[in-house]
Amino acid sequence: MTALSHLQRLEAESIHILREVAAEAKKPVMMYSIGKDSAAMLRLALKAFHPAKPPFPLLHVDTTWKFREMIAFRDATARELGLELIVHTNQEGLRQGIGPLSHGSEIHTDVMKTQALKQALDAHRFDLVIGGARRDEEKSRAKERIFSFRTATHHWNPKDQRPELWRTYNLRIDPGESVRVFPLSNWTELDVWRYIKAENIPVVPLYFAKERPVVERSGQFIMIDDERLVLAKGEKARKLKVRFRTLGCYPLTGAIESEADTLDAIIDELERSRTSERTGRVIDHDGAASMERKKQEGYF
Amino acid sequence: MNLQSKTARAPAAATAAPKTLLRFITCGSVDDGKSTLIGRLLYDSGTVADDQLRALAADSRKAGRAEGELDFSLLLDGLSAEREQGITIDVAWRYFATPRRSFIIADTPGHEQYTRNMVTGASTADAAVILVDARKGVLPQTRRHGTIAALLGIRHLVLAVNKMDLVDWDEHRFVAIRELFASFARQLGIDSITAIPTAAPSGDNVAAKSPNTPWYDGPTLLDYLETVEVEDRLQAAPFRFPVQWVNRPSADFRGFAGMLAAGAVRPGDRVRVLPSGREATVARIVVREGDLASAVAGQSVTLTLAEEVDISRGDVISSLVHPAGVSDQFEATVIWMGDAPMLPGRPYLFKLGAATVGGSLSHLKHRVDIDTLEHMAARTLVLNDIGVCTVMLDKRVAFDAYAECRDTGGFIIIDRIGNATVGAGLLHFALRRAQNIAWQATTLDKRSRAASKGQRPCVLWFTGLSGAGKSTIANLVEMRLHALGLHSYLLDGDNVRHGLNKDLGFTQADRVENIRRVAEVARLMADAGLIVLVAFISPFRAERRLARELMEAGEFVEVFVDAPLAVAEGRDPKGLYKKARAGEIRNFTGIDSPYEPPEHPELHIDAAAATAEDAAGRVIEYLREKGILGGP
Repeated sequence: MTALSHLQRLEAESIHILREVAAEAKKPVMMYSIGKDSAAMLRLALKAFHPAKPPFPLLHVDTTWKFREMIAFRDATARELGLELIVHTNQEGLRQGIGPLSHGSEIHTDVMKTQALKQALDAHRFDLVIGGARRDEEKSRAKERIFSFRTATHHWNPKDQRPELWRTYNLRIDPGESVRVFPLSNWTELDVWRYIKAENIPVVPLYFAKERPVVERSGQFIMIDDERLVLAKGEKARKLKVRFRTLGCYPLTGAIESEADTLDAIIDELERSRTSERTGRVIDHDGAASMERKKQEGYF
Repeated sequence: MNLQSKTARAPAAATAAPKTLLRFITCGSVDDGKSTLIGRLLYDSGTVADDQLRALAADSRKAGRAEGELDFSLLLDGLSAEREQGITIDVAWRYFATPRRSFIIADTPGHEQYTRNMVTGASTADAAVILVDARKGVLPQTRRHGTIAALLGIRHLVLAVNKMDLVDWDEHRFVAIRELFASFARQLGIDSITAIPTAAPSGDNVAAKSPNTPWYDGPTLLDYLETVEVEDRLQAAPFRFPVQWVNRPSADFRGFAGMLAAGAVRPGDRVRVLPSGREATVARIVVREGDLASAVAGQSVTLTLAEEVDISRGDVISSLVHPAGVSDQFEATVIWMGDAPMLPGRPYLFKLGAATVGGSLSHLKHRVDIDTLEHMAARTLVLNDIGVCTVMLDKRVAFDAYAECRDTGGFIIIDRIGNATVGAGLLHFALRRAQNIAWQATTLDKRSRAASKGQRPCVLWFTGLSGAGKSTIANLVEMRLHALGLHSYLLDGDNVRHGLNKDLGFTQADRVENIRRVAEVARLMADAGLIVLVAFISPFRAERRLARELMEAGEFVEVFVDAPLAVAEGRDPKGLYKKARAGEIRNFTGIDSPYEPPEHPELHIDAAAATAEDAAGRVIEYLREKGILGGP
């Protein structure tokens, strides 16, 4: 009897989901947000279709406020793997100069992320979008389906989602409708890191602790990644040994003080860590049930 | 309990043996202490982070708990907001891990939609934790939980006899509950149940052995979950590999991607490809890291075969010696999940593994009363009903009995209009009938029969409200065809109900059967070379679509005789609307039974504006345009 390990089972399930997508979707796309979850998901896609390449392109919605190291990593990854990468920025938002520092996280996220994503999906007529969200990220995600159905206007109707039995997913949609699918639904943050370690998957160096220039704002350490972040009166730039637990737009992403500069150290830190993952995300604190509302509006 | 006095178990440290995975479902209501029990498992396994713990302490105070006392049920309260908004939560998923195992909990809310929710959660579970309140003992809902768990193939049942502190840790009470449930479980065919006396808030026998139950020498709940063995049976079963996707990156590689549903495979194994029955030999087991020497149930791999065999998505590569069955008719248990009732005869889509096939349900043998296990007579199934019926598919598929293998025996039912998942089913066995009735080939065919009449057969399908003018228009059309020397037949709704369909009433189920029969008759007549006119209200899109799909492409002409209800009711040639309004006739289309107008009819006739003569003229004109009739 070969007892499959817990990571082997999670991997097999995710690969199964990705293959269902390839077999049934007309025009699928994989969201690539450059973080650790995207890294694991991309590896799963390479495995699912080997020796063929994944039968879908990668899509990155670039708000122009991502860490510079993320963008460099993104381009190198697509190049090395020879995958098609679509980068979309909301040009209208860019012209209006929308940004997290000038407009706040809520408007920035809506215009540069949510609206931008809808533009990209409409322009390419993607009918199925693969995303890296996990159910353990947040309490309100506990009841999420693996396949989430959206109307032609990208709306999510929580009352009209399909029961998911066994591994038998119903992916049928009418023209104009779309599906979001989350192959990592059953993974936890630690599972992702253990998999990255076991599979030796490259990740953005920002996850590893290093001395970085930061400023403390509303209780978060924000990294000064470029000249657009101007220090306010009384604020002081400091060099601190920090790393990031999640990655996003740099002014909206809090760093944590850490000595963890290897995968083993990160896993060890997480096992001992007694804080939850999303505390470093500014956008979750916008108000109670904010994730839920963003999702109904079309945020991933 | 005091936060300081007991410390949570240390977080999982890396251990030598790889962690395994257990998926289990928790059944019970909030009143049984289910949320507290799950919260306690998360807490005792060290899954609750410090910031969450601080929030929990604050929430517990707000909920009226004493300083330092934690209400573990609040850990799961992320869904309360949605509950208030009336959002359906079918299953909430929770995750925790110990050094030995990772766990996925399917937590199903206990109240509304219970059957649908629990079936969904149970479909992927290896074990079920059923909670009872020690004060109340085995209740009807406890039997319901056991029944659904057994039906969905869960073989490991744990009975958590909770709130033992409230019965003074009474051993006799515990034993009585255990024995009562064990005898019920035997009726369900489950031999092994494990009963554990627990008190969730204080964690007694949850993760730590309780000092209050010296008479109990069994495992704690967490011990049980960490050690219950779940994989053996499926890996020892005959090999099953449903093909999800054919991988063909270049001319020299042709692989079949899928997950092993059962058994094991090695290169060199002889296999049978189903439903074709072709034999082949496994050449390679391909994964990205290189080829494997073997693969077992639960692994996703890509197989290549030594022989060139035509295989597509939905086929099953299976053991040569113990192949899966192949059939197109089955007896199955169906759990209905749609808001609209199941209608025998209505065309649905069935997805079994990777195969999606059209078909229908018929011969509803009985409905199962989930509380008493009694069989009740039924004509349809509504939301949350469970029944046993015949599944008739348009194509043969490979299958196993659900009890043998979930992935090749469980299927979902999809509504063809709107694409909702409206049901789930468990195959039991193939019905012989399909195999014994072969299609008898006849020498003369449709073309030759039509040619001798000098015409092209077609089916003119008139649909619309009662009183819209369907029969009048169809009658005029037939007279014109007759004048042209063409051979036709008019099937009229009322007339057919006097004979062939006189056993049918006007319920939704009977209306579906009414249309199915007349569609089959129309097909036979078209096969005889006739021009067939059908004048039936035929209120549902699904059945008109069924009729359309029975005919050859271009042969079916849907004529929507469109009269607003007010106009049709104003005419009321047979006085039926009046009776319906008076409540003398039930299920009357347009009054208390819906009419679903066609979305893309070949002909749309505005029956309020056009005269019957004009309408008939338009039908004839259409037939000429399409070349079904010759020139004037």
